[in-house]
Amino acid sequence: MSFPWAKQYEPKHPVMQWVDNRLPLPRLVYGAIGGGYPVPRNLNYWWNFGVLAGAALAVQIITGVVLAMHYAANGAVAFDSVEHIMRDVNGGWFLRYAHANGASMFFIVVYIHIFRGLYYGSYKPPREMVWLLGVVIFLLMMATAFMGYVLPWGQMSFWGAQVITGFFSAIPLVGENIRIWLLGGYAPDNAALNRFFSLHYLLPFVIAGVIILHIWALHIPGSNNPEGVDVKGEQDTVPFHPYYTAKDGWGMGVFFLIFALLVFFAPNMLGHPDNYIPANPLSTPAHIVPEWYFWPFYAILRSFTADFILPAKLWGVLAMFGSILILFFLPWLDRSPVRSAKYRPAYRIAFWVLVVDVLLLGYVGGSEATPKFLILGQITAAYYFAHFLIIVPIISRIEKTRPLPNSITEAVLAKHDGHGATRDGAAVPAE
Amino acid sequence: MGSLFLRNLNYFIGAAFVVMLVIALVGTVSGLVSNPPQETVDEAFHVHPTPLHLESDGPFGKFNDRQLQRGFQVYKEVCSACHSLKHVAFRNLEDIGYSEGQVKTIAAEYQVPTFDPKTGDRDTRPGVPADTFPIVYYPGQGSPPDLSMIAKAREGGAAYIHALITGYRNPKTFTKDGKSLMKEFPDFKVPDGLHFNPYFANLNIAMPPPLTKEGQVQYMDGTRPTIDQMSKDVAAFLVWAAEPKLEARHRAGVAAVIFLLIFIGLAFGAYKNIWRDIKH
Repeated sequence: MSFPWAKQYEPKHPVMQWVDNRLPLPRLVYGAIGGGYPVPRNLNYWWNFGVLAGAALAVQIITGVVLAMHYAANGAVAFDSVEHIMRDVNGGWFLRYAHANGASMFFIVVYIHIFRGLYYGSYKPPREMVWLLGVVIFLLMMATAFMGYVLPWGQMSFWGAQVITGFFSAIPLVGENIRIWLLGGYAPDNAALNRFFSLHYLLPFVIAGVIILHIWALHIPGSNNPEGVDVKGEQDTVPFHPYYTAKDGWGMGVFFLIFALLVFFAPNMLGHPDNYIPANPLSTPAHIVPEWYFWPFYAILRSFTADFILPAKLWGVLAMFGSILILFFLPWLDRSPVRSAKYRPAYRIAFWVLVVDVLLLGYVGGSEATPKFLILGQITAAYYFAHFLIIVPIISRIEKTRPLPNSITEAVLAKHDGHGATRDGAAVPAE
Repeated sequence: MGSLFLRNLNYFIGAAFVVMLVIALVGTVSGLVSNPPQETVDEAFHVHPTPLHLESDGPFGKFNDRQLQRGFQVYKEVCSACHSLKHVAFRNLEDIGYSEGQVKTIAAEYQVPTFDPKTGDRDTRPGVPADTFPIVYYPGQGSPPDLSMIAKAREGGAAYIHALITGYRNPKTFTKDGKSLMKEFPDFKVPDGLHFNPYFANLNIAMPPPLTKEGQVQYMDGTRPTIDQMSKDVAAFLVWAAEPKLEARHRAGVAAVIFLLIFIGLAFGAYKNIWRDIKH
């Protein structure tokens, strides 16, 4: 893997030589995220978000492991144990607010990371496997976040669990039995809370494992770039360290600044007040809404209100899961050989319509299901499916793309010189 | 034929979802036309709380201990008849300026349930600072919520508490935006045992007006105990009860932001320096 000009790890210190000869772990790290990984020189700031997602996962695991030392997964005491963390555990308020808002930060950077991939065609050959593993990570994140939201055992925790596990009862014939089996009871209770806690602790480590595969698969072809053209030679790349570690370093500072503003000054802004009310199976909240990062999918679920061949509920559940599963097929739905939307005028329009569409879906999903919002949801949900299954496949067949630059270096120099010069000292791409 | 179908499967699936949504959309629109939604009385006459400014607001906000003590007095003398505060311990009251001795005295005023596992006897004893406020068992209609987290468990927080306590109105004369409740909804009737309060989501609340006259609580510090003042004070106290670590959080936040700004400055300088000769 990697390019022939990638620097080789040469340990200078005798201790590192000793280690490297016996276990080449330093070599692996050097080649993965050190000076031995050549990266296109023209990455813009949208390429910061993969590293930020990794940082967000690390924050979640560290705060979560400590929270688990003080939390009790039992329906009788779970809610009180969270308040115990908030009031009596040293720095407990910080751990809990960091963990709760950390989930939001994780999702926001991952959403940006996904949309960056959509814009620059990072799912296209030869990076399909990177994309597929990314969708797997996204699914695991959603499962983990859902189960984590149940743990405080507030009203939204309980009723969220009730709604989400209710999806399974839409399956014909065996659905209700599957739901009861998954919950370990007829409604969310101790059995459900305990298994959710167990899985909520397990899945982040599964995510970490899939992230390793995601990065491994990325290192076979190397990173994509805003021009979407392949790396042609050494002049197109810079070593990951120190160039991108420095760029990611200050990007991470901005990430943690926004994170800190949330945790310290608006820790409950993204939460729902009802989750400070203990779970009560006898009192349904006026409006059950999931966390903001599920709103677009919740809107899709609620948009299917007509029984036709299948019951409306089953349509909604199929569509909601389908809306994510579609992403697995994207590399084969979009056949255009040009990766970057910079050179795809029609796709670029469709992309921005999709961005607006998903934001509107999110707005609908977070609002009450009044007819006005239902209509908006039905229109935007229809566009969502049309985008991936109809519009993009057609565009990829008929679009007239703009001419690509010959190389990354040519594009970079053209940007700086204002004309298409290919001269960069002695380093002209030798094709 | 089969392979042609498979190769174009995405169009069929896409069309299926789009058609289903169009059918659903037609249903929604026709439902809207044939049966336009009627505004319900609580949609039309529910009032959102007016903003309430407290000293604990904002990134540099701190609690005003004198106000919190006044608010605690209101809680103790009025609210605690029906509402418990089970997540707050008496020792926590030291955080709002009571001395150790005062806390002991306050705690001893409450009776805490005890259980003797040898004899099975249930009894009570005077509270000590380590105890939390005992649970209040309310035999009347309705179930008064615990107030420990009420400021975080209601949309609007302190503003909502203040508005609700002072928001009881006579439904016969109530108007909102110039519209009279009894004119718009002549059949409107407050159910027996409930009380009309437009700040409450469904307009009828089980809690009778808790603060009915000036001077219901006699403040030690000379503040004039108007109904507005008492309700503001108790709202401030309940913000503390829900978020006792707020001051520590604000202090840590200011330090974290200063640290991060310096870090970002240095890291940005390092980035510019490393990339100075690379066009990108």
